[in-house]
Amino acid sequence: MALLWANVVISGVLIGLVYGLIALGLTIIFGVIRVVNFAHGAMVVFGLYVGYCTGLWWGMPTILAALLAGVLMFGVGYCLESAVVTRFVTRPHHVQFILFIGISLLFTGIQLIWFGPDPRPSVSQLSFETISLRGIRIDLARLQAACATTVLILALAAFLKYSLFGRYIRAAADNRLGGLIVGIPIPKIYAITFGIGTACAGFAGALISPLFDAQPYLAVDFTLLAFVTVIVGGLGSFVGALIGGLTIGVTEAVAALLFAPSMKTALSYALLIVVLILRPKGFFGAKEV
Amino acid sequence: MVLFAALALLGAVFNSYLISLLTIVFLFAFIGQSWSLMLGLGGQLSIGHALFVGIGAYSVAVLDIKYGLSPWLGLLVGSAIAGAVGAALAWLSFRFEVRGIYFGLLTIAAAEFARVMFSGWEFVGGMQGLFFPAQSGESSLLMLRGGARFYYFVALGAVAIGVGVTALIRKSFLGYVWRAMRDDEDASRALGVRTFLHKVLVVSISGAWAAVGGGLLALVQGSIFPDSIMGMGISIDVLIGPIVGGLGTAFGPLIGALIIIPLDHLMSAFSDSIGIPGLNNVAYGIVLIAVVWFLPDGVWPALIGRFRSQKRLPSIRSQIVQTQEVRQ
Repeated sequence: MALLWANVVISGVLIGLVYGLIALGLTIIFGVIRVVNFAHGAMVVFGLYVGYCTGLWWGMPTILAALLAGVLMFGVGYCLESAVVTRFVTRPHHVQFILFIGISLLFTGIQLIWFGPDPRPSVSQLSFETISLRGIRIDLARLQAACATTVLILALAAFLKYSLFGRYIRAAADNRLGGLIVGIPIPKIYAITFGIGTACAGFAGALISPLFDAQPYLAVDFTLLAFVTVIVGGLGSFVGALIGGLTIGVTEAVAALLFAPSMKTALSYALLIVVLILRPKGFFGAKEV
Repeated sequence: MVLFAALALLGAVFNSYLISLLTIVFLFAFIGQSWSLMLGLGGQLSIGHALFVGIGAYSVAVLDIKYGLSPWLGLLVGSAIAGAVGAALAWLSFRFEVRGIYFGLLTIAAAEFARVMFSGWEFVGGMQGLFFPAQSGESSLLMLRGGARFYYFVALGAVAIGVGVTALIRKSFLGYVWRAMRDDEDASRALGVRTFLHKVLVVSISGAWAAVGGGLLALVQGSIFPDSIMGMGISIDVLIGPIVGGLGTAFGPLIGALIIIPLDHLMSAFSDSIGIPGLNNVAYGIVLIAVVWFLPDGVWPALIGRFRSQKRLPSIRSQIVQTQEVRQ
């Protein structure tokens, strides 16, 4: 029994790290630019398709596919922000919401035109491999995703903390006007930040491509997942996104064990409602809204 | 007024495709009015209106199918429950100072939670949903059963009442209080407005209103499933109309729904006919981005502005500038 629980919790933690990375992308964008990216799920699905295609065409390993998806999504995010989103930064939330619904539909539509509505299972052999450690079975795909995610998160944290652009980004999040006054190129910083956020989504999407069949309609599910995660952790907080991801990952895994698998999302929503009511800004919520 | 008379007359001559399309347009306009009331006047953003729509739909369906009661009763019960749920949700979140976008996210969470719960609830059909019994063919106002044309007039009546009520509320005491609260909550509280009470009130009224629309939608569709009636898609469809048409105005939600829903149907049909799925999503996405880009206030205010541009009063800003000039 203890073994079963250990199995469930570990697989929850592993997938939770990936959820954390997806949420991290969302939270960086909100923390700096103050827009809520409702198209985040569509970008995760983009990553899924990159993982699927590179595996199918070139037999590319998942890790390389994830890097490629990250770079591609950075470019897309950078262009999207500097061309479109930047005009909507000061507009009300409901207008931004419509904008991102539009962008999300655009992404989903392009994926539909390209691949059609059928689910595309990954060709990667990784999907079926597991390793056993004292009776605990671990999916190799999950383990790899979790490790790669951890490395990326650490790299991102170091980038934000020590590099010049990282300091610019934190300064822009702290005080936009102050940043402008001391000569930080805020529009460029915003575009880079948006690019980093979408790159996280693409990277994470490609990493989990051995676990999920690529399908355009998954976008809504991933968007909602990212939201639940981010809100539980606190919108705009780096650590909060990770804690939120782990919490949701474990909650889903435990709920699938205790109740029916279909109930796993219900439990995360219930958790979300409780968190929102007790701690409206999440575990590590930003002070200023 | 002229518009509604014309639409009523046209209802007698339209073919069945137009009738059923416009019925859906009117119902979404009606639900959109409730959403527009909440954000456009009350200043509270809801991204989970499917919650109220679903409650209304299920109330009507359960009372009609399981107990054979009149849908009128179902509409009443549904709006009462949705009003109570809205009030409870608002009370909980505003008590803990959950505001703005956080409140919007809470409404999504509540709607999704309800959707998953209803999917697992066997009494209301679970994932298989509920089906209304086949029509006997006779129209009956008491049981709200009838053909497509009957529902056309029901939906048209609902949206006409909705326009009237919105216009009334805008001019009433509540309308002024809500707009003051929307524009500056702290200032209106300082002037003695009990903002907490009014915020709960506006969410509750909007929820009850949306539930009536949801109940009618269930009757028109003849069947309901948790994923379609409580899903994220409904929440999005509900709020696109008012934003495209003009938020908080009496006619905005109707105009927006009249533009957006037929456009969506046309593009879906076109995309199906040439065999490329997804083309309609691309086109719809571009239209949405274009609308918020070029018409920030929506179509209706832009139209009105064009007609009345000559006799428009000088804006407050220009008045301030003038008084400053006079002082100098």
